[in-house]
Amino acid sequence: MNAQAPALQDPRLNRPEPLAPPLGDGGFFQRDRSIHPPAHAPGYKSSVLRSPRQSLLSLEGSVSEITGPVFGHNDLGPLDNDLIRNYAKDGDPVGERIIVHGRVLDETGRGVPNTLVEFWQANAGGRYRHKKDTYLAPIDPNFGGCGRALTDDTGYYYFRTVKPGPYPWRNYVNSWRPAHIHFSVFGSGFAQRLITQMYFEGDPLIPICPILTTIPDKDALDRLVAPLDLNASAPFDSLAYRFDIVLRGQRSTYFENRTAGN
Amino acid sequence: MPQPLNYLKETASQTAGPYVHIGLIPAMAGFDIFEKNFSNVLTTPDTEGERITLEGKVIDGTGTPLRDVLLEIWQANAAGRYNHPADRSAGALQQEFRGWGRAGSDFESGLVTFETIKPGAITDRAGRTCAPHINVWIVARGINIGLNTRLYFSDEEAANAADPVLNLIEQPIRRSTLVAKRSERGGKVVYSFTINLQGPEETVFFDV
Repeated sequence: MNAQAPALQDPRLNRPEPLAPPLGDGGFFQRDRSIHPPAHAPGYKSSVLRSPRQSLLSLEGSVSEITGPVFGHNDLGPLDNDLIRNYAKDGDPVGERIIVHGRVLDETGRGVPNTLVEFWQANAGGRYRHKKDTYLAPIDPNFGGCGRALTDDTGYYYFRTVKPGPYPWRNYVNSWRPAHIHFSVFGSGFAQRLITQMYFEGDPLIPICPILTTIPDKDALDRLVAPLDLNASAPFDSLAYRFDIVLRGQRSTYFENRTAGN
Repeated sequence: MPQPLNYLKETASQTAGPYVHIGLIPAMAGFDIFEKNFSNVLTTPDTEGERITLEGKVIDGTGTPLRDVLLEIWQANAAGRYNHPADRSAGALQQEFRGWGRAGSDFESGLVTFETIKPGAITDRAGRTCAPHINVWIVARGINIGLNTRLYFSDEEAANAADPVLNLIEQPIRRSTLVAKRSERGGKVVYSFTINLQGPEETVFFDV
């Protein structure tokens, strides 16, 4: 990006803005678990032995959950959101140059400002720079495959990278992951902590991915698929994909009518 | 039709996968990329409080430790105060103690360790005192949505017995799954924990 922000400076959501109650410090909205993959999802075999079988104990958000770590620009380096440059040794990494951008919002539609977003991915050939990845596609000497950014005051983030490739993995004998980028997001409270994956519009591996199809809700699955965003692309340089991330909303405390100890 | 509410929906969780280290602990993946890295050491020489080592494993349904798991912890300081604006309790804030860290398990043994301080008792928003505890978040390959649990301290028996969250657990026997055991090793205080994902001693996980 040569220190330039991508073209879209003031991204607007293409959907109605919900009414946002005043920002409070109540607990977070009850998590709608029907849109998340269940812990035990036998089609994704690794989940079978790693899924709790007892009911989760519901905990009204206490101070331990509505608080969470705060990060600042001091935690980051200048190239942290530039995966094309942050590990370059003797040239640019191989692959389709892309910009990924979007907003971190909460369920009320408000941007989540100054929150840490971390991302990691395979290289253009589908190989991770990880000592445990043995896929035959080569490591790219100029690509690390990770980065991070803080959202701005409106919840906006962006980074540039190369489009990751699909790769095979051991689930069924011929299982392939669609191209994807992993995202880790914090929010303002530890109860908002989320890891997810972004997929690319039009990828034919999406509907047959054993991990993606653990999500029982079709709309929730579609919301993980980033559309091509031609308006945010850099002509003769990079295409762009748009990926908004929604974290849990926070209840307001309109009235302080609880007596102490209650 | 009533008026639409138009809330957005939370983004669906996906597994962190086996290569989570690349993004969150690149040194464990085998390379050096960032100038500044997050780690499993929460303390600096100036941090106030009793130095402790947290040490434990996450165990799958066959009794085998997960060797590709990542844990994050979030805790109050020694005065029981979280370093976050929504904690309005009276305990003194220590600005340089963030209270957060992350660690990957050892690729051979599955052992996870943190170097931190023992947090103080916490005052919740209703004014109740809560036993000292550390909040834990667990992700890994095969874990579709991060698991939330807590660690309490074995030498806080009275505080634990009065803790409002531990008392939400119906079966007293399950409360012990959240209590890390104190020992001393070479002059260091170590709290040991085991997180069982399944089985008769399955750890209590929270829907926070």
